[in-house]
Amino acid sequence: MKITFERRAALSRRVLFAAPLIALGLTMLTSLILFAALGKPAGQALYSLLLEPFVGWYNISEVLLKMGPLMLIAQGLAIGFRANVFNIGAEGQLIIGALCASALPVYFPEGSSPLMLPAMIALGAVGGAAWAAIAAGLRVRFNANEILVTLMLTLIATQVLNYLLLGPWKDPHGFNFPQSVIFPDAALLPILLSGTRVNISVLAALLVSALAYVMMRHRFSGYQLLVGGLAPRAARYAGFTEARAVWVSLLLGGLMAGLAGACEVAGPLGQLQRSVSTGYGYSAIIVAYLGGLNPLGIVVSAFLMAALFIGGDNAMVSADLPVAAVFVFQGLLLVFYLGSLTFIRHRVILNWAGRA
Amino acid sequence: MAPLLQLSGVSKRYGGVQANAGIDLSVDAGSIHAILGENGAGKSTLMKLIYGVERPDEGQVLWQGQAVTLSSPSDARRLGIGMVFQHFSLFETLSVVQNMALIVPGSKGELATRIRDLGAAFGLSVDPQAMVHALSVGERQRVEIIRCLLLNPALLILDEPTSVLPPQSVALLFDTLRALRAKGMAILFISHKLEEIRELCDTATILRQGRVMARLDPRQGTAHDLATLMIGRPMPPPVHPTPHGLGEERLALSNLNFANDDPFGVSLKDVSLAVRGGEILGIAGISGNGQQELAALISGEIALTSNAKAVTFMGQPVGDLGAAARRHRGLAFVPEDRLGRGAVPDMSLADNALLTAHGRGLVKNGFINRKLERAFTADCIARFDVRTSGPQAEAGSLSGGNLQKFIMGREMMLDPKVLLVAQPTWGVDIGAAADIRQRLVAMRNAGAAIVVISEEIDELFEICDRLQVLHKGHLSPSVDVAATSVEQIGTYMIGAAA
Ligand SMILES: Nc1ncnc2c1ncn2[C@@H]1O[C@H](COP(=O)(O)OP(=O)(O)OP(=O)(O)O)[C@@H](O)[C@H]1O
Ligand SMILES: [Mg+2]
Repeated sequence: MKITFERRAALSRRVLFAAPLIALGLTMLTSLILFAALGKPAGQALYSLLLEPFVGWYNISEVLLKMGPLMLIAQGLAIGFRANVFNIGAEGQLIIGALCASALPVYFPEGSSPLMLPAMIALGAVGGAAWAAIAAGLRVRFNANEILVTLMLTLIATQVLNYLLLGPWKDPHGFNFPQSVIFPDAALLPILLSGTRVNISVLAALLVSALAYVMMRHRFSGYQLLVGGLAPRAARYAGFTEARAVWVSLLLGGLMAGLAGACEVAGPLGQLQRSVSTGYGYSAIIVAYLGGLNPLGIVVSAFLMAALFIGGDNAMVSADLPVAAVFVFQGLLLVFYLGSLTFIRHRVILNWAGRA
Repeated sequence: MAPLLQLSGVSKRYGGVQANAGIDLSVDAGSIHAILGENGAGKSTLMKLIYGVERPDEGQVLWQGQAVTLSSPSDARRLGIGMVFQHFSLFETLSVVQNMALIVPGSKGELATRIRDLGAAFGLSVDPQAMVHALSVGERQRVEIIRCLLLNPALLILDEPTSVLPPQSVALLFDTLRALRAKGMAILFISHKLEEIRELCDTATILRQGRVMARLDPRQGTAHDLATLMIGRPMPPPVHPTPHGLGEERLALSNLNFANDDPFGVSLKDVSLAVRGGEILGIAGISGNGQQELAALISGEIALTSNAKAVTFMGQPVGDLGAAARRHRGLAFVPEDRLGRGAVPDMSLADNALLTAHGRGLVKNGFINRKLERAFTADCIARFDVRTSGPQAEAGSLSGGNLQKFIMGREMMLDPKVLLVAQPTWGVDIGAAADIRQRLVAMRNAGAAIVVISEEIDELFEICDRLQVLHKGHLSPSVDVAATSVEQIGTYMIGAAA
């Protein structure tokens, strides 16, 4: 038997929406089996993973809180992905952004200037962009693969964070915990919904999404990136340089990730910690693809992914799932999504030998 | 005896376009059957149905009298059908022999020998070890043809195989095809060159708007009659430009040397040319002799790192400028490969207009003006008679000739000071080709400087004022068209004379 994949001529919109749903269904099914095999209460686990995040105001607010950084980072990454520039080191850019933003409250722990917060945000964004700029420079100058470079820069960023928190930036009154001083109020983002931890950064993420939409749909600069991604030779022919696409993609990606890092330390954390990111930089890659690399799709997928994060936390408590099982669940979702996309884009033709 | 291949009532629809409607066709062994028709008539679509690339909505396919369903090219190959596509289907990151090995059985060493032998026998020489991305379109066409011949099919489909082959290779290819016919092979042959069809084919089917218009023996009657049947009006006369006053020098290369990093590319040695406003300079030569490199050096896709003065534009050195900067100064360029370079296949025609026309007010303050973009595109479609459903159609869905017309139109509408065109009428039907030539001459008369890179000697002689021949990276001195002959240029092209 021979199996061939044939590209379908036209894709209907309805079919595109089917991919995430099919993926979700298959993921649920597989996880049920997996959880049962682990001897965990599968029904309880799925309930925690999928429904509990939407039950009760507290859970919903936590989803919104996680949605912000995911959305910010994914919007930045998606722009690059569409231009065939694969920044997979948003995690490191986030860490550097968080570091740069933290410098101010660490050195001015009693600071009360209203300029402190804006300056932190700006430092965070610039820091993230600068970290990504290293990869851009190496790619443009030496043709170093940005996938490897951004990934390795993430490892370095983690070590820099460790060094600072174990050494110079460690809170002297912090019982030797690897974390910085608690930030002063002037260094914290205003709360958006009182009684929750949701701060105004979620609005910033929505605003960034709107800007990303405008850029990719209506701005010539976005169009140039798209051409570079779809047909590199046509981009060269038109004079849209690859170097520019690399710089724009990586700087925007780094900027967003740095911004997200700044918002984390100035938001729910209120200090610099070793666990400043719980894998946002990597999850955002999934978010970007689940959203079809489309700015509007990413708003939806960031929300879903945030819910999965909260659900995962809940399931670890209520169904006693190991953390690895939660990662497996998220991984399954991506794999099934990409798989169902392939089947939607292509027709599968089975051919039994002997029958033409 | 049943015909080798018989189609009855075959139809294929793409969205709103009926590409093929109720087509009956029968192809006999030992015959060369021409498929003729205007751009967009449905020729390539019909061939794709036969080769299993697309499946018919309706109708029946009989192979040696048996009903068959062709659901993939490998089905077709198993029956003994081979095809050379209009738009090539080679993997650019593989070498020639690796590409062949994908579908032709045999070891690589053995294949390389067969490729060389076939190439020598048919005048289709290519280096088996060359990487495909370094090959010009003409060389790729040779690779496709050789690959198909290696499979020794019972039915060979050739979709415009001669569009970018030099005349000498065409003659040798025809000898080959005749020999294969004598051995019983059936050949489906698509071309817009009516003289070729009359010379080679014994049957012809004419399509118009997806329907069969006529079946006839092309050897009876003249090319003129065929043209009339095909485009529904008589063949337009040639346009020969009349001499007139020249303007200032607009583009010049002086003693340009270019060492190619690519081991399979061509290096240019001491190349000089100059074009003035109001004239058309033709660069003749067999593709693969440095045409790609020359075009990229003029367009700015390859910018020089030193010696910017080797390329001047309106008297200013531009050798170190990139493509965007040169366009900005008034250069327009039609590249030889239209899908993926001249146009982005997955984008709409409107977005493809933006590719080079963005400087024409289509972008304001960094925002794309969709209304102007659509208007420009619609204008181009109307003025250049591009047959398509409209500005929103994807470039990749256009027929080969129609996409060529669109790209030509787009670049001409930019009103350039210098227009560089590679293979201006590649794949364009005779009516549209005459139209394009007329427009090129009209632009020249209006004062533009035009450089045409082509292998089609007849076309060059029809529209050019002067010719230079590119051979192995050397460019000959310029000769006036009036002072030379097709034969003389032809011998220069194969390097027989200095
Ligand atoms: N994939 C596609 N999607 C939509 N329309 C298509 C597609 N392929 C072909 N068409 C349309 O079908 C018609 C016939 O196209 P086809 O390529 O068969 O023409 P052709 O006779 O080969 O023309 P040419 O001489 O220019 O190569 C055209 O109107 C074309 O726009
Ligand atoms: Mg065609």
